[in-house]
Amino acid sequence: MQPRSLETEELTDRLTTALLELDRNAARACFQHGALEPLAFSETVLAAALERIGDRWERGELALSQVYMSGRIAEDLLDDILPPQDLPVTSHPALAIAVLDDFHPLGKRIVSSVVRASGFRLTDYGLIGVDDLVQRARRDGIEILLISTLMYPAALRVRELRVRLDRDMPGTRLVVGGAPFRLHPNLWREVGADATSTTAAGVIPLLRRLIAEPS
Amino acid sequence: MNEMTPLERVLCTLGHREPDRVPFFLLLTMHGARELGIGIREYYSTPELVVEGQLRLRKRYGHDCLYGFLYAALESEAWGGETAFRDDGPPNALAPCITDIRKIPHLEVPRITEAPGLKKVLEVLAGLKARAKGEVPIIGTVMSPFSLPVLQLGFERYLELIYREPELFCELMRLNTEFCVAWANAQLAAGATAICYFDPLSSPEMTPASDYPRLGGAVARATLSRIQGPTATHLASGRLGSILDEVAGTGTAALGVSSREDLSALKKSFSGRLAILGNLNGLEMCGWSPEQAAGEVRRALSAGAPGGGFILSDNHGEIPWQVPDRVLEAISETVRRWGRYPIAPEVLPDA
Repeated sequence: MQPRSLETEELTDRLTTALLELDRNAARACFQHGALEPLAFSETVLAAALERIGDRWERGELALSQVYMSGRIAEDLLDDILPPQDLPVTSHPALAIAVLDDFHPLGKRIVSSVVRASGFRLTDYGLIGVDDLVQRARRDGIEILLISTLMYPAALRVRELRVRLDRDMPGTRLVVGGAPFRLHPNLWREVGADATSTTAAGVIPLLRRLIAEPS
Repeated sequence: MNEMTPLERVLCTLGHREPDRVPFFLLLTMHGARELGIGIREYYSTPELVVEGQLRLRKRYGHDCLYGFLYAALESEAWGGETAFRDDGPPNALAPCITDIRKIPHLEVPRITEAPGLKKVLEVLAGLKARAKGEVPIIGTVMSPFSLPVLQLGFERYLELIYREPELFCELMRLNTEFCVAWANAQLAAGATAICYFDPLSSPEMTPASDYPRLGGAVARATLSRIQGPTATHLASGRLGSILDEVAGTGTAALGVSSREDLSALKKSFSGRLAILGNLNGLEMCGWSPEQAAGEVRRALSAGAPGGGFILSDNHGEIPWQVPDRVLEAISETVRRWGRYPIAPEVLPDA
């Protein structure tokens, strides 16, 4: 017997639970039991589940390990139902993400999962320094750059990045995140970023706002 | 009350009594290089420079400890890792030293005396002990066995190890516990008065509070009970959440707490079980004026100091290189002026 299709809200509840319980089969079943196309499922259910998990981390109800592990399962599910090459061509500005001048990619990976699940195409520059980053972003015509940092000195390098972007790629928007920006809430302004988010899920409304605003 | 030595002051407050004034730990590391007018890499190249730097910093600011911590990546170096130095911040661990988790059962615990970086720390501690004349507590440090794998494996692979490879995780905890106990006891033998047990991954912000009893808490109980001296646990900016009772049960004497904690509330909930170490915001400190620094210190004294059991410090266990000297001076002056017991009601700047 064919299982009945589930409403979006119920699907999101079930998927959130499956992700937090690290249950890949249950996560996949959420897609199979819904009546949504892969892109619609990703944008309305998967992204919503990741947003809920991010919000609960922000409220102190969940740990970063749960955010990360649920993001990994979400990534695998997304790769399965909607491989990157199958993403429709979108009209949003070119986006990229990088870890600046640091060796710890955890935050970048979590943000990438959420951004991809929300239907955005995202270029990943990995772990990179200011010079290489500006060069590659310029080559790729990046308009919004997401920067993840863990160490305070790396966060301070955003100042230098801002200067270089203003000189070589004026109009490029800079969104920063990571531990230094959580612990020092005004730091993003001090280093010249355009925005910050304390959670990965919070990046999505930020991106939508930046895309809607002229640079 | 007669003026106490720093060691008497700290022991008194750890006994949850009020000493002559609030003890304060300026957990300065790289500032020693600035004090000596040399770069960070050169500073860490010989133990004598670090000893001299620590002594000069204490002479300048008058804080109540000497700090034997150089940088965290020294421990991953002992396991085969490499370190990247920079001019404006702490040396950082490069690529993970355990490249294949299947090799975990075949790893050997490094011998402390055969690891050049660790030997350097032991020489620093011995040098500080020789110069401190038993009056100033000397703080040694270890990374907890539960948190060290962030450097050994990288954050992502470690989280997957915890949740997907429980047997290998247990084996790594066994190895790391042996290392941590040996490393802590070697520091105590060399001259450390107490050991600060850095365990950021145990904060419920990093791993679930519900997992603490079987993960970070279980490891801490097994480790701290074998360390032959007093210990303080530090969550390195992580919040405590709901794990207070379990942390208190690990045998630690004090807890380093986040700047995002409400000190007054913590003081009540600790209720004499643990002393508090904290909780000035080290990152915001970089941009404070001396007046702001004084205000922050006074607020912390008001909330944390009454009744003892409180050591004023930063929230992370290391003051950033970017914190200017005038801010450190302001912190020191404010503790001396407002930190005398009994704490005056006017200590609160807004009162």
